[in-house]
Amino acid sequence: MTAKPKILILHATGSNRDRDAAWACELAGGAPEIVHINQLTSGDRALFNYQMLVLPGGFSYGDDLGAGKLWAVTIKHRLGEALAAFVAEKKPVLGICNGFQALVKSGLLPGDEKATLTRNERAHFECRWVHLEANPTSPCVFTKGLEEPIHCPVAHGEGQFVARDAATLSAIEERGGVALRYTDASGAPAGYPHNPNGSIGNIAGITNRSGTILGLMPHPENHIRPQQHPQFHRGAIGRSGLPLFQNGIRYASQL
Amino acid sequence: MIHRIEVAPKTGSRDARGERLSRQIGELGLTGAGQVAVSDLYFIEGDLSVSDLHRLVAELLVDDILEAARFETVKVHGHAIEVTLRPGVTDSAAENLKACADVIGIHGLTQFAVGQRYVLRGSFDDAQARLIAEKLLINDVVQTSSHNAPIVAPFVTARANTEIIVETIALRDVSDDGLLAISRQRRLALDLAEMRAIQLYFRKEGRDPTDAEIEMLAQTWSEHCVHKTFRAKITYTEGNAKPRIIDGLLKSYIRAATETINKPWVRSAFVDNAGVIAFDDTYDLAFKVETHNHPSALEPFGGANTGVGGVVRDIIGVSARPIANTDVLCFGPQDSDPAKLPAGVLHPRRIFDGVTHGIEDYGNKMGIPTVNGALCFDEGYTANPLVFCGCLGLVPIGAHPRAANPGDLVVVIGGRTGRDGIGGATFSSMEMGVETALIAGSSVQIGHPIHEKQTLEAILIARDEKLYTAITDCGAGGLSSSIGEMAAELGALVHLERVPLKYAGLQPWEVWLSEAQERMVLAVPPANWPRVKAICDGLDIEATALGEFTGDRRIRLLWDERTVGNLSTAFLNDGIPRMELAAEWAQAAPASLLPWGEGQDEGLLSAADLTSTLLAVLARPGTRSNEDVVRRYDHEVQGGSVVKPFVGVGGKGPGDAAVICPQDVWRAGQGRNKPIPGVALSVGMNPALGKIDPYAMAWAAVDEAIRNCVAVGADPDRIAILDNFCWGNPRLPDRLGSLVRCCEGCHDAAVAYGTPFVSGKDSLNNEFLGADGKKHAIPGTLIISAMGIVPDVTKTVTSDFKRAGSPIYVIGSTRDEMAASAYQQLHGQSGGKVPVAAPNALAVYRAVHAAINKDLVRSCHDCSEGGIALAVAEMAFGGGLGATVALDRTSNLPVEVTAFSESLGRLIVEVSEENARAFEAALSGHPCTRIGEVTNDGVISMTGKAGVDVVSTTIRHIEHAFRGHLTEAA
Repeated sequence: MTAKPKILILHATGSNRDRDAAWACELAGGAPEIVHINQLTSGDRALFNYQMLVLPGGFSYGDDLGAGKLWAVTIKHRLGEALAAFVAEKKPVLGICNGFQALVKSGLLPGDEKATLTRNERAHFECRWVHLEANPTSPCVFTKGLEEPIHCPVAHGEGQFVARDAATLSAIEERGGVALRYTDASGAPAGYPHNPNGSIGNIAGITNRSGTILGLMPHPENHIRPQQHPQFHRGAIGRSGLPLFQNGIRYASQL
Repeated sequence: MIHRIEVAPKTGSRDARGERLSRQIGELGLTGAGQVAVSDLYFIEGDLSVSDLHRLVAELLVDDILEAARFETVKVHGHAIEVTLRPGVTDSAAENLKACADVIGIHGLTQFAVGQRYVLRGSFDDAQARLIAEKLLINDVVQTSSHNAPIVAPFVTARANTEIIVETIALRDVSDDGLLAISRQRRLALDLAEMRAIQLYFRKEGRDPTDAEIEMLAQTWSEHCVHKTFRAKITYTEGNAKPRIIDGLLKSYIRAATETINKPWVRSAFVDNAGVIAFDDTYDLAFKVETHNHPSALEPFGGANTGVGGVVRDIIGVSARPIANTDVLCFGPQDSDPAKLPAGVLHPRRIFDGVTHGIEDYGNKMGIPTVNGALCFDEGYTANPLVFCGCLGLVPIGAHPRAANPGDLVVVIGGRTGRDGIGGATFSSMEMGVETALIAGSSVQIGHPIHEKQTLEAILIARDEKLYTAITDCGAGGLSSSIGEMAAELGALVHLERVPLKYAGLQPWEVWLSEAQERMVLAVPPANWPRVKAICDGLDIEATALGEFTGDRRIRLLWDERTVGNLSTAFLNDGIPRMELAAEWAQAAPASLLPWGEGQDEGLLSAADLTSTLLAVLARPGTRSNEDVVRRYDHEVQGGSVVKPFVGVGGKGPGDAAVICPQDVWRAGQGRNKPIPGVALSVGMNPALGKIDPYAMAWAAVDEAIRNCVAVGADPDRIAILDNFCWGNPRLPDRLGSLVRCCEGCHDAAVAYGTPFVSGKDSLNNEFLGADGKKHAIPGTLIISAMGIVPDVTKTVTSDFKRAGSPIYVIGSTRDEMAASAYQQLHGQSGGKVPVAAPNALAVYRAVHAAINKDLVRSCHDCSEGGIALAVAEMAFGGGLGATVALDRTSNLPVEVTAFSESLGRLIVEVSEENARAFEAALSGHPCTRIGEVTNDGVISMTGKAGVDVVSTTIRHIEHAFRGHLTEAA
């Protein structure tokens, strides 16, 4: 048996779902470690020693100048080369919620295409459970082969995915860049509240061209035990978020 | 040079904030309203090349897909209103902007500020524009604004060489009048006896006090900090009975109950910043609920925001990790006529929006799930809203050190100190009035949750490495209060010039008393200091050693070599004279003792009327769904949510209590093949009942809080409660009399249930000047917050009906107790009997709990407001099912009484048919009546004697009543 892949959970000042992400990675068979960005810049820890990177949810730097913006700036200026090397080696990167926002605002997602995440259509924070369906044609290493949908919460105020224009959106769609979409309970495309933020095309998660980076607004790390399911008392089980982490970790361990 | 940058949505991009404001303007009732456009303003002071300016704007300020930047002010057709925070008010965006400018390599910028620009387009005249600005856009307490003119950047003018002044207050030789004048002029809120005690002390010391010393005494002795009323000797008269002496409300009732109950699992009650109970073999739980009423009245966002921050610090102050927040909010009616509000009072809807937004902001940013709460509306809260913020924490057993040693360093960790909130403790102990509005500018603050988050993380690392010997939070009274408290047994020497400041120019006494948020004080042995500092540096949070704990039992304050204060800790902490107060309670009006139907002005209602009564009760503002608010709080972060705020099919049904399983407990328990425990959080309150009899209110609140916990699966023998009293001026005997009666109810109910109080807080002087020009007290309000241990989270129960065909039971007995019921309030009736103690309620709850543990219960719901009728309707709606119920099986009372009475001690339970006999056996000897079945047709049918229809409706109608007002949530 090979050693568990080492996973770096990047803590920025204001991250708050780092422990949740670590719990999910641990259950999925990884060896997570929460590392503050200062530990990387000081040389106390080195990114290249890890097989997978997770940018967890939270409010990095208070999200004061737009969600994930200042984290993206910090990553670009303080971690740029190490992260570029990590991505070039095709090591998996997962950005959840605030982490997704940071990946988009730093330009790592979608990739060459211009897109952003902005305020929810309803202009306020919202916490509710959503259904996610993986795009079978996406190259994303985290969602590949996910046959069962994922049921998990969202908790954000700025999760509306916007592409620069229609052509950009089709380009993302055509290369399988949309990894996850919001659906209703039956798996059909649906509007609010199933799509909680008004994202175009019900987009919940985006991957890069090689499929090694995934960013998503919902929190699969908050549905990893059956009792977390809101319908648990009505006998509902399954649709956990764990397979997404297991996929990423399996991929990382094969590198 | 000051650069101004405006960032606005590009043409064609949505302006979601503007759309939201446009809707709110519509709600103000302005006809012919138009559109609002919102943009952000940034002010940067410093030498900046044009290319650097453009790089800074492009990298930090603009999202170029959606936004564009402008450097000039643009003239508009319409009204332009610009807003910024006042100088010195916490502006975390500006702080972060400064830090990030450094990250991108642009250095030497001196000041940053952030603001907003609102452009009103449409047919608004000047007066309407001003009204919109005043009602929706600006709060003068913390903001400055301009109308059709560019706003001036709110930069603090540097006062480089401020002369340090230590003032001496000559009071040794002044008369009583002089003492009172000093108290008034300096807003010390000290009475004559207290001023005399201070005079006597300084006569003995042979000198007059410094400003820092007298301010410190005023703050330490404030109602807010020392709870004078709850410790006072009270002469109490009830009706015509002989007056009796009460030797302190806290000691005689609240603590007395806890001591009588004497539960071995209570780790700490009324000693620490929070009440602590045992959880499992590794962890304890800490719970605290605080109020932040006056600040929330004046600046709803900041008041509630810092209210959450404050109670979270209480939990950090017992070395615990915060794992859940709660909030209970009492506001004036949301449809109040703006023209009839007393002068200076914000509209209840604006208070509601600001307060809920403030709670959302702090809890969500700190990553603490907000899981339980309540909303309550009454005209008495219009000028004086109540904001109760609670926080639950998890702490490893024995991990909270409480003994500093001489030589340990006094270390402050967290945010910087400014002139924030100076006098907050004394301010909160005053009544609301013109004067409080004037001084509020410095008392109200905006929080900085990210500082608190990083402070928390640093402290938990330090805790686990055992680096500190004592800890407390900086709350009301600032360093003065926290260091004063920690140094009570030792004494301390503090170098005030070492305190990191937000801006220059503070005098020593201001540094000492400042209530700047997000600070904690630790006692750190010198050998551990380098490690503590390194931990804080690594998490981007400041830590400073200010001095040391000494052993001489003096608080000595220095500014460089100059003495700022030197007080005996014994006098500071024990020198306050005990208050003596008079209280009286007039017997309840005879009408409230009458049985139902006698002495009432309205006749009984028909079946159709009872159905519409049920729907109308469900649609009342305090009863109907508040999902639109709750979903703005993150209740899933930390992954512990097992029973969520809303339950059932589609998550629309009301839950009774939240159940969370702390992540650390869950992770440790995985694969251990042992049940994983959780904790239920609930609340009980009934201010409407309190207006008739506070004693009955206390019983109702205690019972409701416990009942809600039991309903989700908590063990009734493992529940602890917290009391929060919000009352009027205790120096008025009628106010104090009702408070005495409420405390008696708390004591009697807690003892009856064997449920100890472990913490509590009182907020008194909640009085306001009404539109009639008279002083009014708020409705005396008691909140009981409960935490109950759930032995196994897999056995938790929710309120939604699960399956058609299941029998439905009423547990507990229904009596003729309609006083203050929702039914009465809806029909504008008075009279009737108040609910009294339910006989054997504890034994009943134990039996229900045993049945839950044996998996005999499919669903369980608290039966309170709206009685059996409302509880059954909510359960059917929650489950997307129906119900057929024969009300006459449970009582012979008039059918509207059976349906709507609010007797205590009752639960509605769904059981599977195959478990019905076992369930009945488990409840044997207790009132337990099978009243009907769950159906699958979505119809709710309740009948009275001889099968006569009482209520007949459908869950679609129930949903419309309960959720029809939600425009934003689906």
